[in-house]
Amino acid sequence: MKNLLILGAGTAGTMMANKLYKALNPDLWKITIVDRDELHYYQPGFLFIPFGIYQPEQVIKPKANFLPKGVNFIVNEIEKINPEKNRVSLLDGRMLNYDVLVIATGTVPVPEETKGLKGKLWYKDIFDFYTYEGTTRLADKLKDWKGGKLVINLAETIIKCPVAPLEFAFLADAYFTEKGIRDKVEISYVTPLSGAFTKPKATAMLSQLLEEKKIKVIPDFYLERVDEERKVLISYDEMEVPFDLLVSVPVNKGDDVIERSNMGDEDGLNFIPTDKETLKSKIHDNVFIIGDATNVPASKAGSVAHFEGEILFENILSYINGQPLEAKFDGHSNCFIETGFGKASLIDFNYDTEPLPGVFPWPVVGPMGLLKVTRANHYGKLMFKWVYWHMLLTGKKLPVSTHMSLAGKVTA
Amino acid sequence: MNTLIVNRQQVEVNDEGYMKNPAQWTTEWANQVAAEYGIMLTDKHMEVLNWLRKKQAEGVALSIRKVGQSGIVDIKEFYQLFPGGPLKVSSKIAGIPKPVSCI
Repeated sequence: MKNLLILGAGTAGTMMANKLYKALNPDLWKITIVDRDELHYYQPGFLFIPFGIYQPEQVIKPKANFLPKGVNFIVNEIEKINPEKNRVSLLDGRMLNYDVLVIATGTVPVPEETKGLKGKLWYKDIFDFYTYEGTTRLADKLKDWKGGKLVINLAETIIKCPVAPLEFAFLADAYFTEKGIRDKVEISYVTPLSGAFTKPKATAMLSQLLEEKKIKVIPDFYLERVDEERKVLISYDEMEVPFDLLVSVPVNKGDDVIERSNMGDEDGLNFIPTDKETLKSKIHDNVFIIGDATNVPASKAGSVAHFEGEILFENILSYINGQPLEAKFDGHSNCFIETGFGKASLIDFNYDTEPLPGVFPWPVVGPMGLLKVTRANHYGKLMFKWVYWHMLLTGKKLPVSTHMSLAGKVTA
Repeated sequence: MNTLIVNRQQVEVNDEGYMKNPAQWTTEWANQVAAEYGIMLTDKHMEVLNWLRKKQAEGVALSIRKVGQSGIVDIKEFYQLFPGGPLKVSSKIAGIPKPVSCI
């Protein structure tokens, strides 16, 4: 009996467990998955909680509901990965040996990385919205907030779901407008990037939207520290941005277990050196990495994990069968961008092709519009919650191609 | 094709003035581009530039944070050496492509 071990039962890990369980002979392979948490959070929903669009209970379900009965699910902290010995130790002292390891331990915001962020203002005037606690606390704060300077800041360039902070800005604009206090709220978007987004065409579209919504963009601002007394953000080159309410996207890091196991890359952010096409570890032959845990130059997002999942599934089967790893991930990423007032935009891109205008997923009929703000996109985003729980996690095929397609796109 | 004349040599550059072929790099190039940014190159600058060139040749995706972990400068010093956008400016002087954010 051989062992396939998956670390992390989030979006990527759960999906891999489902796909592999269906494909591997249960008499030959035992699949085990480990996670510290019994609950699965629908993370795209965190964005909507501060504005009362989703209630907290709508985004949580037990992880066990989405794992096949034949997969051994262990709830425990992972102490250390020892890839030289093909072994993983758990906090309760258990040792798990593996023949194939899949690391899907994700990324977390680490506010402790920045001085003054997680101090006396934390969850009083400074909030994150990428954690369940942060987003629910922020919802309470916004209910009674009377207005002032709202600053949205990205502490690093590599963050989970890179469009979510923009969506937050758009939804905040709509929220305060509907509340009748938009004129009392000054919204600033403070980013270490040179513009609203990284890809030029998408940045042009988004910059226009930000301007229309009177959201001020402060680019090239790399946060060094927060002055808690004066309530000011300070950059490495001593620029200052004052705030009354700070919505922070802290530095994102891979899980601590990657650091403990000394498996991170030279950024010091605990992301694992991964072949960007095969998704195999650059160091260990029987170790594969998927989702936010990798250091591949693609977005850290559920859609990317999904597209990677299709590729990794093929490559793991090839590896098990002693064949070359032929499936290649192209960096495909697909993001809805909520723009407020019941509308959304949509972008689709990969390592080499930036977001293009057109229709998605089917040529001519769409129904969704790329780089456009439409109602259909917004419904697409809301419908995605159902798709996520019922199809994506359980490894079912979605009507979207794994490799980015140019069909329906305007390339000229 | 955009070219720049450095020390009587033609150097190929892109629309934003970044060198297309890092092999064409010379210290004359570095000094000339640095001067456009009002920077006088010191040994410390050169140490950073050489490190960037080495990492770029190894295929490493560069970031300000990585430079801060290089052991040559911390992030604050990097900003002081190359004011404005330190990675964008230093990459241009180092004759390597403009750093791209991967997201």
